[in-house]
Amino acid sequence: MSQFAINLLFVGASFALYIGIAIWARAGSTKDFYVAGGGVHPITNGMATAADWMSAASFISMAGLLASGGYANSTFLMGWTGGFVILAMLLAPYLRKFGKFTVPDFIGDRIYSKTARFVAILCLIIASVTYVIGQMTGAGVAFSRFLEVSSTAGIWLAALIVFLYAVFGGMKGITYTQVAQYIVLIVAYTIPAVFIAFQLTGNPVPMFGMFSTHTESGVPLLEKLDDVVSALGFQDYTADVDNKLNMVLFTLSLMVGTAGLPHVIIRFFTVPKVSDARWSAGWALVFIALLYLTAPAVGSMARLNLMTTVYPEMAGQTENYEEAAQNPILYEERPEWFRTWEETGLITYTDANDDGRIQFYNDATDYADRGWEGNELTVNNDILVLANPEIANLPGWVIGLIAAGGIAAALSTAAGLLLAISSAISHDLIKTMVNPKISEKGEMLAARISMAGAILLATYMGLNPPGFAAQTVALAFGIAGSSLFPVLMMGIFSKRMNSSGAVAGMLAGLICTLLYTFTFLGWFFIPGTNMLPNTPDNWFLGISPLSFGAVGAMINFAVAFAVSRVTAPPPQEIQDLVESVRYPKGAGGAISH
Amino acid sequence: MADDKSNAAEYWKANVRLIFGCIAAWAFVSYGCAILFRPLLAGIPVGGTDLGFWFAQQGSILTVIVLIFFYAWRMNALDKKYGLGE
Repeated sequence: MSQFAINLLFVGASFALYIGIAIWARAGSTKDFYVAGGGVHPITNGMATAADWMSAASFISMAGLLASGGYANSTFLMGWTGGFVILAMLLAPYLRKFGKFTVPDFIGDRIYSKTARFVAILCLIIASVTYVIGQMTGAGVAFSRFLEVSSTAGIWLAALIVFLYAVFGGMKGITYTQVAQYIVLIVAYTIPAVFIAFQLTGNPVPMFGMFSTHTESGVPLLEKLDDVVSALGFQDYTADVDNKLNMVLFTLSLMVGTAGLPHVIIRFFTVPKVSDARWSAGWALVFIALLYLTAPAVGSMARLNLMTTVYPEMAGQTENYEEAAQNPILYEERPEWFRTWEETGLITYTDANDDGRIQFYNDATDYADRGWEGNELTVNNDILVLANPEIANLPGWVIGLIAAGGIAAALSTAAGLLLAISSAISHDLIKTMVNPKISEKGEMLAARISMAGAILLATYMGLNPPGFAAQTVALAFGIAGSSLFPVLMMGIFSKRMNSSGAVAGMLAGLICTLLYTFTFLGWFFIPGTNMLPNTPDNWFLGISPLSFGAVGAMINFAVAFAVSRVTAPPPQEIQDLVESVRYPKGAGGAISH
Repeated sequence: MADDKSNAAEYWKANVRLIFGCIAAWAFVSYGCAILFRPLLAGIPVGGTDLGFWFAQQGSILTVIVLIFFYAWRMNALDKKYGLGE
């Protein structure tokens, strides 16, 4: 069977599974549509949350980020998992107790202000739409590479599948497809990693293999990797970072952003009890950790594999790296996977010194003495996970599995985001703000139409991605972290927080974060409109615009606190509302099931 | 009613104390051991590198899982103790 047929079989089988679930899990009421009926088991919800949270970026890009950045990019690992501590302890159980359907529901009621509700809806939509663009393009890349269709056809196909289970099943359909998608993606991620760890270190568990001995050379794998990359002028893989303030703030920004992203928060509305919301956060993280503990191993091993593919003599070396560096492989003798990825343009080669060999090194280092006239190879970080099975010579079915896994990761996150967007429109905007008298049936129809509309918008944006798509994902975290997270937390933990304080805080946090980001990355990310060059010398205290979400959150807290102290306390019924979300007793009554 | 109120207030205080403890442990590991104190831990070798690197890439994730389950377990006990569970 050809590789194409195998890929088609795996992807087709996974799609048949998702469609089967869509037919089985149809939403009968708005409660089914928004919160899957509110009766999802905490472990099931944990698995769905893991798939909801782990996007194309986690599945495809993260190992590549770790491979290229080494220790410095540990921020992504810590940030994207640490946020669940905040969720589990500061938000999820109380918002579950509140017992309504959406995030703006809580903000609007607790802050008793139309402005706050509207700002929350706006933040939610901007954060979710920017995020969903990346999922659609990610699915498009996976389709075009593995199914040999154009990226455009791939995106339409992805949209059609999501349409089938999200429009008819709502949160109910999404929950159970996410569980299936989690299983597909974790199996797909783990199998190649196990093979590679075993090949390189003899230890089949990737997270342990990473810290054990590299079989071929007899030195620890990470030490080996440090030696290899430094012989080629790259920074040591495990090298420490100088700008610790920025590293701390970037990690913190990812954490508060994670906690403030609505599509993750609403997953916790689907469990029956407050205590289930607490357990569920723990289970979600267990399922996420299965991938996140494997990713650093995949990153380091893929980097080493790539280096020793180009410089075969380096693999068994323990000291003569200089000599080994003189003998990279001939371009003519490059392996098969190298050729397939060259066709996609994600690997490129130019023979700068006309010797027919591949000199792959850090351009910033001058190696004229070695006869090198510039780095000759560029490898896109995103291909490492996708090319892993081919690099390790694994059988064709593993490649088919990776294709299905990458698409599952993109679709599961896209569906969660689309639900957050459509419920903000049908529930918060139409039902709560515009037409409170709308019937249950009418709201259901509105929810389905807004879901279809959101899918069309996401498809359009996926087909015509704005040039700044990559940067806007960071913006999604900045917005969620600096505006939504603080107001949610204060709404629960400060009884004294009133509407003037919360609104002032939200706007201050949001505006400061946007201004700081636009100053360096251009107004609305339009290239050339940035007021200062985006270099560390210009950054305030060395804080990168991507790390500013945490500062925005602090500004939000400070302003909200100050303003609320000098204005009147919230009315009694709001204080009673805060009391009621703090105690689990009576959560069953809020959502019947 | 007064009893109910002071009972509830005590429950909330216990919850906030527990959260403080967990968040402090979380910050110590994620920001302390993995980032700020890494130079201090440089002397402790772990599989070809140092302990700080391990914390950044694996230790902090494992700690976070333990903390969330610990918190859920303690809170469920508090719910029962104060009679405020579901």
